[in-house]
This record gives sequence, C-alpha cells and structure tokens, in this order.
Amino acid sequence: MTEHMTVMEQRAAHRPAPPPAWKLRTDPGPLLPEAEPRRVLGTPAAAKADPQLLRALYEQLVRGRRYNAQATALTKQGRLAVYPSSTGQEACEVAAALVLEEQDWLFPSYRDTLAAVARGLDPVQALSLLRGDWHTGYDPREHRIAPLSTPLATQLPHAVGLAHAARLRGDDTVALALVGDGGTSEGDFHEALNFAAVWQAPVVFLVQNNGFAISVPLHKQTAAPSLAHKAVGYGMPGRLVDGNDAVAVHQVLDEAVRHAREGGGPTLVEAVTYRLEAHTNADDATRYRDDEEVAAWRAHDPIVLLEKELTDRDLLDESGIQAARDAADAFAAGLRERMNQDAELDPMDLFRHIYAEQTQQLREQAAQLRAELEAEDER
Amino acid sequence: MTTTAPAPAAAAGTKPASMAQALQRALRDALTEDPTVHVMGEDVGALGGVFRITDGLAADFGEERCTDTPLAEAGILGTAVGMAMYGLRPVVEMQFDAFAYPAFEQLISHVSRMRNRTRGAMPLPITIRVPYGGGIGGVEHHSDSSEAYYLATPGLHVVTPATVADAYGLLRQSIASDDPVVFLEPKRLYWSKDVWNPEAPSSVEELGRAAVRRAGRSATLITYGPSLPVCLEAAEAARAEGWDLEVVDLRSLVPFDDATVCASVRRTGRAVIVHEAAGFGGPGGEIAARVTERCFHHLEAPVLRVTGFDIPYPPPMLERHHLPGVDRILDAVARLQWEAES
Repeated sequence: MTEHMTVMEQRAAHRPAPPPAWKLRTDPGPLLPEAEPRRVLGTPAAAKADPQLLRALYEQLVRGRRYNAQATALTKQGRLAVYPSSTGQEACEVAAALVLEEQDWLFPSYRDTLAAVARGLDPVQALSLLRGDWHTGYDPREHRIAPLSTPLATQLPHAVGLAHAARLRGDDTVALALVGDGGTSEGDFHEALNFAAVWQAPVVFLVQNNGFAISVPLHKQTAAPSLAHKAVGYGMPGRLVDGNDAVAVHQVLDEAVRHAREGGGPTLVEAVTYRLEAHTNADDATRYRDDEEVAAWRAHDPIVLLEKELTDRDLLDESGIQAARDAADAFAAGLRERMNQDAELDPMDLFRHIYAEQTQQLREQAAQLRAELEAEDER
Repeated sequence: MTTTAPAPAAAAGTKPASMAQALQRALRDALTEDPTVHVMGEDVGALGGVFRITDGLAADFGEERCTDTPLAEAGILGTAVGMAMYGLRPVVEMQFDAFAYPAFEQLISHVSRMRNRTRGAMPLPITIRVPYGGGIGGVEHHSDSSEAYYLATPGLHVVTPATVADAYGLLRQSIASDDPVVFLEPKRLYWSKDVWNPEAPSSVEELGRAAVRRAGRSATLITYGPSLPVCLEAAEAARAEGWDLEVVDLRSLVPFDDATVCASVRRTGRAVIVHEAAGFGGPGGEIAARVTERCFHHLEAPVLRVTGFDIPYPPPMLERHHLPGVDRILDAVARLQWEAES
C-alpha cells in the first residue's frame, strides 16, 4: 500500500510504536550517494552527451575563467573591494546556471557571481556587492536570482521557503541553492535541509566542496563519510559528483531539478572540486596548503577535461578554441571598461529603502545628511 | 485590560473579551481576507499554539495556511523569508521570547535589511509574533523582555499592544504592513479582559502612533505592553498623593512617536519611563534621551526610569521583586523634584 503513497503521505501515516513494532520510517538505501564522485568525461557515458550542451558548457567555462581573472585584476587595481574567486570551480558555477529553467530561482553565496553571470545577469550588476556601490545591484525578482548571501548558509532556508511557496501556489518552480563545504557546518544548513525534506520542497542544494573554508580543510569541518551522506539523515537523496566534470555536474543537477519539479522533493548534491586561487585577494593560501596539491588539481582542470572531450570527438578544433577565447576576452574587456568608470552614487539612497515609508526619525537624519552634502558642495 | 483601567461605556454588541481572543480573531480575519497570509510556527496547528492564539486556524484554513513547522526558529524565520520573497505574507509565531534568539541571524542579517539591500525591490512583509515579558510564573527562558535587541536593529518595526482592541488593531496593521514587524505580545495580558466589540473589530490607522491612555497634569508615565495596567493602577493610587498622572502607551517602539510623547511631557513637565526590560541599554535610555533632547526647557526634573533590574530574568518565586510595581513607580514620581515648585 505504501508504494502508492507519496513520501509525505508515508511519513504522515507513520505513528510511533513501542520497540517490538518499531521499524524504519523510510528505506535509506535509495538515499545513499554514489561510492565515488560520478564522472562522465573520459568515460563511455560521455559519448551520449548532447554536443550542443557540451559546446555551451565549454564556451561558458572559458568565459567564466576569463571573468574570474578579470575580476581578480580589477580588485588589484582597487576597482573591487574584494573578490572571492571561483577559479577552478567554473564547472559547478556554469552547470548550476545552465540547468535551470526561466522560472527557477538561483540562491548564490558571495563566491557565486559567476553562476549569476552565466545565468545572464549583467556582470556589473552581479559585482555590485564586491565593488561596494550597493549590496545587491539587481532586482532579484526580475532575474530570479536571490541576493548574494555573505553570512554562510543563511540563504538555504530562503531557497526552501521560496520553493515551498511556489509549490503552494501550484507553480513548477525549482530553487537551486549554492553553498560551500564550510557552510555545511552552519546550523542554517541543517535547518534548511530538514525543512526541505519535511515539506518535500522542490529545492536542490549544491555543495561545492572546494577543500577549504578559507584555510580550514574539510577533515576539520566534518567527520561525515562525505558531505553527500548528510542527506540520508534528513531523508533526502544525496548525490556525489566530480565537480570539475561540467557534464557530470550538469547531469546530476538536471536529474535533481527534474526530480524536484516532478514533486519528488529535495536533493543534496556534493560536487568535489578545488579552489585554485586563495579565498580572496586578501588571503594567503601558501600558509595552509602546498604547491604540489594545487598542481595536482590544476591537472584536473574543468576546462581541460571538457576541451579534451570536445576535440577527441571532433566537436572542437583550434579555431573553435580561439573563438571561445576571443569571445571571453571581449566579454572581459567590456567588463573592464565599465568597471573603470566611477560608480554612480547617491548618498541619499542610504535612507530611501529602510521602510516602505520613511519614519520621522529617518526624515530628520536624511535632512541632516542633505545639509552636510550641500555644505560640502558650497566649499 | 485589568479592572483598574477605566472601562469604556459599553456599546451595543460589546462584551468582555481577552487579548488572546482578539489576537486570534486578527489572525483569522487576516487569513480570510488575504490568501497570501500564512501562519507558521511550533505547535500552531492541532494544538493551537501553547497560548492557544492559533486555536482552530489549521482546522478552518488547512495545514498549508497554518503550519506546524519543525522545531527550529532560524529555519522558521529563514523559510518565511523565502516565502515572502515569492509573494506570500508569513505570520511567524515564536513560542516564547527567549526561544526567538536562534532566529536572530535571519532577523538581523536578512529580514531587517532585505528591502534596503535590494533598493526596495524585495520588501519582506513578515510579522514575527513573540510572546514576551514576565509575571506569569514562568521558569527560566520564559519571561524575557527582549525588545531592546529588536529596536536596536534598523529596518524592523517593533510593535506591542497593551489593550484588547489594540491587540486586534495593531496585529491587523502589522500583517498588512509591507515591512517586517516584530509583534511583541505581553503574555501576562493574554487573559486580561476588556470591553470589546468582536462583531466590528477595527484595525488601527497606522503603526507608530502612541496613545494617551489617561490624561493628567502633574507628570507623564511613558510605558508600553505589560506595564500599561501597572502604570494606570499607579496613576489611580497617585491621586491620594495629589498627583494627576498622564499615561502614554507607546504601542510602537519603532517607529517611535516623538510627537505624542513630547507633547505630553511639555504639558506636564515631568516624565517617568516604565518597562520590564533591564534599564541598562533598555528602551528607557533612548526614550529619556529623546525626551531630554526635545523637551529640555519644559522639564522640571530629570527624566526617570523604572525598569527591571540589570539582571537575568529571576526565577518565578522571586520575579515580583524584579518587575516594576505600583510602589516603585510612585517612589519615582515622588523624586520628580516637586519641592522646587512650591
């Protein structure tokens, strides 16, 4: 009988029974992640991958790598306050963006501007937080991209609530939330996954396990067999994927998003990847990891892996590679030019959006600032 | 309210009702009138909340509109943020004042600043109901007056009713607000009754307006929430001493109604602020500063405060020594430099 019931109905039907009658509420078997991170590139499965998807992923990866380099350069030139690079993690960022439908929502953390840009957001708007001209430089509802979240994992319950609300309204919207390995230690990670599973919310959690939370390696972060295994405790499937294999990440996320859209509930995906750059420009990665380790990961570069597949299958030649690089350079040049112009700032914006209607107290403080600005202008 | 409050003349259809009933009615009416309103929290479903404020709502509106959540306050508020992002209007119940603290990161880092962060593109119309204050014999972590934490966070409204009519009116207006509202419910007034007309309950015009609950000429007692009945009782007792006290019920700590408070203090020339929260860093300090800055030349005496002591909330058998009472208020009034007048 239970096989005809939804997961929620099965759980609702469960009643606690004294020990002789006790049994598991659901079978944990199907929830367990793969024994090893799933890979597609370099395996026979790669032959089945859609050439159009491979090319789209490749172009975005190349552009994403160039975007990361440009944003880092802009930081060194003082045009950005700080930049947490996703160099090395482009496969996760790009696949997360490409797997979503128009109506779906992306919930990025501060390291995920590339995912937002890959989804089509203007990079100048995406970088507003890191440039420092405002906190969120875009209308989240227009792009269905939540504000970049700085407090770790706090955006995950938002994704759950939004997905839940969409389902209550009968919409087929899915929310995809991004978080890092360090973020999985936060209480909000736990609460978000628990709510998502209890509500069977159409949400997918993508953990980019890049090995470090600033300087702290994963073994000081968790004793779990894998981060994907944490899913089982919440009653949702956990999936483990090679985070540098763009095709595998896209495939796993696509399955999870479809599952969520069809009413199957949430999935936790752990993508095993590596942060090739330091945490931010202000960090010194040589203090906590050695060059050998970094070199090993450079050999497993997401762009190299995909390029090899494309060239091996004659889907890409030298001119194609050059064309992708040229397009990326043009994209970076456009970004550089726009970021080298001074940001438009209006100090009175500080008071405009605190409440729907300005309070008397804020009106008085705004008047004070206005008077100070006028006095400055007169000098 | 309490028996010491001046009872309004009974009109047709009015009868004694409790603050709990008025709050429940406000939730019921909001759920009925606006399909985007969703009530959520711990035990708000079949049980009707530990204070029974949500009694019957799940049965009448369904579990999707009145939802028992997992027991996790950050998760409750965090998911409410996401629901509001999608256009819903969540009304969140925190079971007790001190149980709301796990939700502070969501409240401070997201709820209070989402509108500002997005330049007004994404306001969060969330009402966070928090039963607060002492006087109910609660064990540790059940009697905190946590308002100072909330009012120190820009972007939140902080509202607290002290009468049955306000419980309805302020809650309706809070739910209707496009801004997040921390709605502090004085739990020792849940069962206080007042004459109220449940057939034609009315919302308040806007948030942020204080009310003069008792007119007087000698001094102004500035208070809110659970301390209003105490102040009204003190004002009655003060008549024997020859003092005619005015009592101002703030109703909203944010926004703060400087105009009503200052008009009263300018009339009376003296002010005592009364609240249960600890004095140091409490709302009274801010209010005293505002009154002094704006009414200095009208003041006959320093603005005084009668507050809870600067201690963690006491165990129930000792709480009466902590809570501002009539005698402590009258002692403060006596120290308002009356001798200088004669």
